[in-house]
Amino acid sequence: MAVKVRIPTPLRSLTNGVDSLDASGADVQSVLAEVCQRFEGMDKRLFKQPGELNRFVNIYVNNEDIRFLDNLSTPVKDGDDLSIVPAIAGG
Amino acid sequence: MSYVRGLKCRECGQNYPEKGVHVCETCFGPLEVQYDYAAMRGKVTRESIEAGPRNLWRYRDLLPIHGEPKSGLHSGLTPLKRARNLEKVLGVRELYIKDDAANYPTWSYKERVVSVAITKAIELGYDTVGCASTGNLANSVAAHAAEAGLRAFVMIPHDLEQGKVLGSLIFNPTMVRIQGNYDDVNRLCSEIADKYRWAIVNVNLRPFYTEGAKTFGFEIAEQMGWQLPKHTVCPTAGGTILPKIYKGYRELIDLGIVADNQPRIYSAQAAGCNPVVEAIRAGRDLIKPQKPKTIAKSIAIGNPADGFYVVQAVKESGGWGEDATDTEIVDAIKLLARTEGTWTEPAGGTTLAATIKLIESGRIPRDESICVCITGNGLKTVEVVVDQLEPPASIPPSLEAFDALMAGRESVDPAPASV
Repeated sequence: MAVKVRIPTPLRSLTNGVDSLDASGADVQSVLAEVCQRFEGMDKRLFKQPGELNRFVNIYVNNEDIRFLDNLSTPVKDGDDLSIVPAIAGG
Repeated sequence: MSYVRGLKCRECGQNYPEKGVHVCETCFGPLEVQYDYAAMRGKVTRESIEAGPRNLWRYRDLLPIHGEPKSGLHSGLTPLKRARNLEKVLGVRELYIKDDAANYPTWSYKERVVSVAITKAIELGYDTVGCASTGNLANSVAAHAAEAGLRAFVMIPHDLEQGKVLGSLIFNPTMVRIQGNYDDVNRLCSEIADKYRWAIVNVNLRPFYTEGAKTFGFEIAEQMGWQLPKHTVCPTAGGTILPKIYKGYRELIDLGIVADNQPRIYSAQAAGCNPVVEAIRAGRDLIKPQKPKTIAKSIAIGNPADGFYVVQAVKESGGWGEDATDTEIVDAIKLLARTEGTWTEPAGGTTLAATIKLIESGRIPRDESICVCITGNGLKTVEVVVDQLEPPASIPPSLEAFDALMAGRESVDPAPASV
């Protein structure tokens, strides 16, 4: 199953400038595992430790923050959109 | 002469040159401007600040610019009022209102962050600026960009108050209403900043932008005669202003400009959007995002990027967090207007309502100095009070009719409210 993964600017140094790619997996965890496997150094940028994202990494599936879904266990299906977004401020 | 020494990641410590970059490439942590404080000693003083212009740029030595200010030459230096009437109502000894409802040109605290961000955008060579906003920031970006001759793109949630929408449109930016809440707008803007080469003030200029919020704290200190209030209550939305007021206080203390009275800082949120207050109460660092549901739209940010730093500053200072229901917010707006002649938007009502609860619960002692941070103007959000005020009587233009009206009123309202 292919999920479209969007890579934000700060991570594109690891992906040779690639800003989106297809990855597969049944849930967010397994999709991110494939992304981490494909690009060296990605794992450390995204995860504090296995199963725990860094504090400032937000993951969205089809525009919904996974913290409102089932976190890393959120299921994904063919054609879903997964965005990796750094947290930002505002008001 | 500038004391700026680049950017540094608050999380992992990696250094960066000054550029339009908002998160650490290594860990996504936020970047913070670094200053050479040692070089400031003896040079940045009460006297040097007092000799500066009558606007927020009098604190420019502690702001991240190199050349001359390009924006905000009439912003800042808003009133700090001793709130004697409110003191009596609340039964406290010393209460101040820092009133950014009177900040020029768009009547909110955002002039501070935008003045710095626009100046920095010009310094860094951008010709287009933008923002993700709940309204006030968009107003300010649109106005400052118009004056500076920059192109402006402002992105807002689709359901904002009309005053906030018109308050941007009048300055002729390109406005886009996003069909989602603020957090959706925010996320989209971070993707826009990635793709377009624009200075989105609260995204890729955020390290510089947030520094402007320190001037709110600098002004409180200077206007109190170079001392700090013991307790400062501040609204929390994305989490920019509270940690920066506290940082401003600490900078003044460290430079020997004010005495260290161990100031405490408190976060105020609407009960319908209180992820930071909830974390403070639970003793957690982790902010659990929420879907906002409150009339306080300007602070309805369910996923506050700097929420973690709000919790840190509150904890470090010995402060606390408190929230207020929509009813309490409106009551506080009316109370502030009735007692002090200041009309604030729901964010300010939230802050005053939270202050009252912190006093009543004993978190803030009644005999110590308190400053309530008012960050926005009620004229932009008339919707929240329009059904809450007594409609005026309508009479024929005759003295008899007026006398009759007064006679009728005396039974229900015998004397003018005296406080």
